[in-house]
Amino acid sequence: MGVKILTEHIGTPGLETLAVYKSKGGYASVEKAIKTMQPDEVTEEVKKSGLRGRGGAGFPTGMKWSFIDKKSGKPRHLVCNADESEPGTFKDRYLMSKNPHILIEGMITASYALGANLSYIYVRGELMYVVNILQKAIDEAREAGYIGKNILGSGYDLELHVTCGAGAYICGEETALIESLEGKRGNPRIKPPFPAIAGVWGNPTVVNNVESIAAVPWIVNKGGDEYAKIGVGKSTGTKLISASGHINKPGVYEIELGITVEDFIYSEEYCGGIWKNRKLKAVVAGGSSVPVLPANLILNTVNGDKRLMTYESLADGGFASGTMLGSGGFIVFDETASIVHNLWNFERFYHHESCGQCSPCREGTGWMEKILHKFIEGHANMEDIDLLAEIGKKIEGNTICPLGDAAAWPVASAIKHFRHEFEWYVTHKEEASRPGAYYKGEKLVLA
Amino acid sequence: MSDSSKISVQFSPEAQALVQKYIAKFPEGKQKSAVIACLHLAQAEFGWLKPEVMDYVASLLNIKPIEVYEVATFYSQYYTKEVGKYVIEVCHTGPCWLRGADELITYFEKKLGIKKGETTADGMFTLKGVECLAACGSAPMFQCGMNYYENMDEAKVDAFINDCRAENKISRPYPIMK
Repeated sequence: MGVKILTEHIGTPGLETLAVYKSKGGYASVEKAIKTMQPDEVTEEVKKSGLRGRGGAGFPTGMKWSFIDKKSGKPRHLVCNADESEPGTFKDRYLMSKNPHILIEGMITASYALGANLSYIYVRGELMYVVNILQKAIDEAREAGYIGKNILGSGYDLELHVTCGAGAYICGEETALIESLEGKRGNPRIKPPFPAIAGVWGNPTVVNNVESIAAVPWIVNKGGDEYAKIGVGKSTGTKLISASGHINKPGVYEIELGITVEDFIYSEEYCGGIWKNRKLKAVVAGGSSVPVLPANLILNTVNGDKRLMTYESLADGGFASGTMLGSGGFIVFDETASIVHNLWNFERFYHHESCGQCSPCREGTGWMEKILHKFIEGHANMEDIDLLAEIGKKIEGNTICPLGDAAAWPVASAIKHFRHEFEWYVTHKEEASRPGAYYKGEKLVLA
Repeated sequence: MSDSSKISVQFSPEAQALVQKYIAKFPEGKQKSAVIACLHLAQAEFGWLKPEVMDYVASLLNIKPIEVYEVATFYSQYYTKEVGKYVIEVCHTGPCWLRGADELITYFEKKLGIKKGETTADGMFTLKGVECLAACGSAPMFQCGMNYYENMDEAKVDAFINDCRAENKISRPYPIMK
C-alpha cells in the first residue's frame, strides 16, 4: 500500500461533514497558511512539491500560480475546474462526492496564496448532486469561519461559490470554462492573454483541476519537500487513476507515481487483471485524447524497460511508441475489443463536443466520424485509411484549443499501431458489418 | 412542478428565491453568469425550454433574449424540444460501450417500445444516448434527473421503469442547484 494523500479517510462514516473531516486533521492547512505564512510562501511550497496539473496537461501548479498578475490591482479569482468530462475519467466526481471538504480546504488555502477574494468551483451540470454536496460543505465551512470576512481574524476575506455547467466537454478547457462561468457558450478564447492576466470578467484568474487543489492541504501541512519525496523524478506525489474497460476491478485508485503499468493492471490492489480470463490487447492510458498503445508497448518501452505510471515513462518514445499520463483515465481493452469500432465511438464524441468555432475541428471531427463509420459498416476502401490520417494531421495544431489535437491523436495512434485492423475491415466488408462481429487476429468471431 | 400543458411563464416563489441566490453568487452587474443555473431551474419548472420560457429567463436576468437562446442551444443538457417526464440518458461513450452500453440502450428500446431519441406515446419516457458522464468505472450506466444509475443490468432496468410508472417512487425529475 502506498501513501494516500487524497483518499486516506474515504470510507470513514460522515467524512462529508465538517466535524468528521476536522477530526481527521481537516482545515489545518487553512490555519497554518493564514496564521503563519505569507501568501507567496504558500506558492513556494507548492512549487517545491513539484505538483503538476492533474486535469491532463501536467503543467506545474506552483508555476501557474506564480504567473497571476498581482500588480494590476484588479480582483483575482481562483476557479476550480470540476468539469470532468474526458472519457475514461471519473476521479474528480469520486473525490468530490466522497471527500468534499478536502476540495473546499484546498480552495481556501490556494485562494489565500493567490490573493483571491472571490473564487468558484465550476462543476459539470450532469453532476448536480455533487454541486449540492459541495454547497453543503461550503455552508458548513462558512459557519465555522473559514469562508467570509476576516477569516480567523487575519483580515483576509474570501467568498467561495459553487456553480454549474450544462453539458459541454469543451468547458473543461480553461478559457471555455471561463466563458461558461460568465454565462456564455463555451467557446475557447485565443491565448494570449492567458487567464493569469485576463480571465473571469477580465480579471487575473487561475484555473486548476479538482485533484490539484485537493493536494494543496497536504503540501502546506507537511511541506513541499515531503511531497516531492513521493514519486519518481518530475512525477511527484500521488495520482488518482480512473480505471475502466475490460478489467476485473474498475474504479478510482490513488497510486504513488512510479509503480509499473504491469503492476497497476494485474495486481489485486488495483485493476485485478483482465476480465473473463482474456488477454490484454491495448490501453488508452490518460483519457480518450491520448494515443492508444498495444499491450507490448504499454507494458514496456521500445528499449525494453518496464513502463511506469509517470508522466515521463508513459511519454517515453514520443508519439511513435509512447503516450501520455493525461488525466489518468486508464481504459483497458481485452483481446476481443475492436480498435476501429472504439475509435469511431471516440470520434463521434469529439464531433459532438466540438464547439464549432474553428473549421478544421468542426468539419474534421465530423468527417473522421463518417469515414470511421464506413469501416464498421463495411463500405470503406484502403485509401480511406490514409485519408483519415491526413485529416487528423490537418486538424492538429490548427485550432484555438487542444480539442482538435485530442480528436486527432487517437486516430494517428490507432492507424500507427493497428493498421492491419483497418485493412481487415476493408478486406472483410461483409463480415465486418455483421451485428456482433468483431476483429480478432485474422479471424472473425461472433460475440 | 407545473404541468407543461398549462404554462404560465412565471417561476414558483421557491424558484424565484433560488434565482436571487444564484445571482448573489456573482459580482454586481455580472448576473448574466447565473443564466446556466437559471435554465436548469426553468426546465425543472416547465419541463423544457420553450421560447417564452427563455424570454422569461432573459427578463429575470435583465439580458437580451438572444443571450439566453445562444446558451440554451449550446449545452446538451437543455431541451429545446418537448421531452418526456423521465429523460433516460444512457452514456454511450467508449468506456461504457466496452461494457455493454449498446446492449443497455437496446434493452430500453425493447422495454419502452421506442428508439433512441424518441419519447413514449404517453409522454412518460424519453430515451437518449449521451456522451461520457464520468462514471466509466460503473458502466454501463444512465442518468435520469439528479440520479446516476450504475452497473446496470436488465433486472435493474425493469425495477427502474416500474418505479417510474408507480409514480412518486422516483424523486424530482430535473436537477437543480440548491
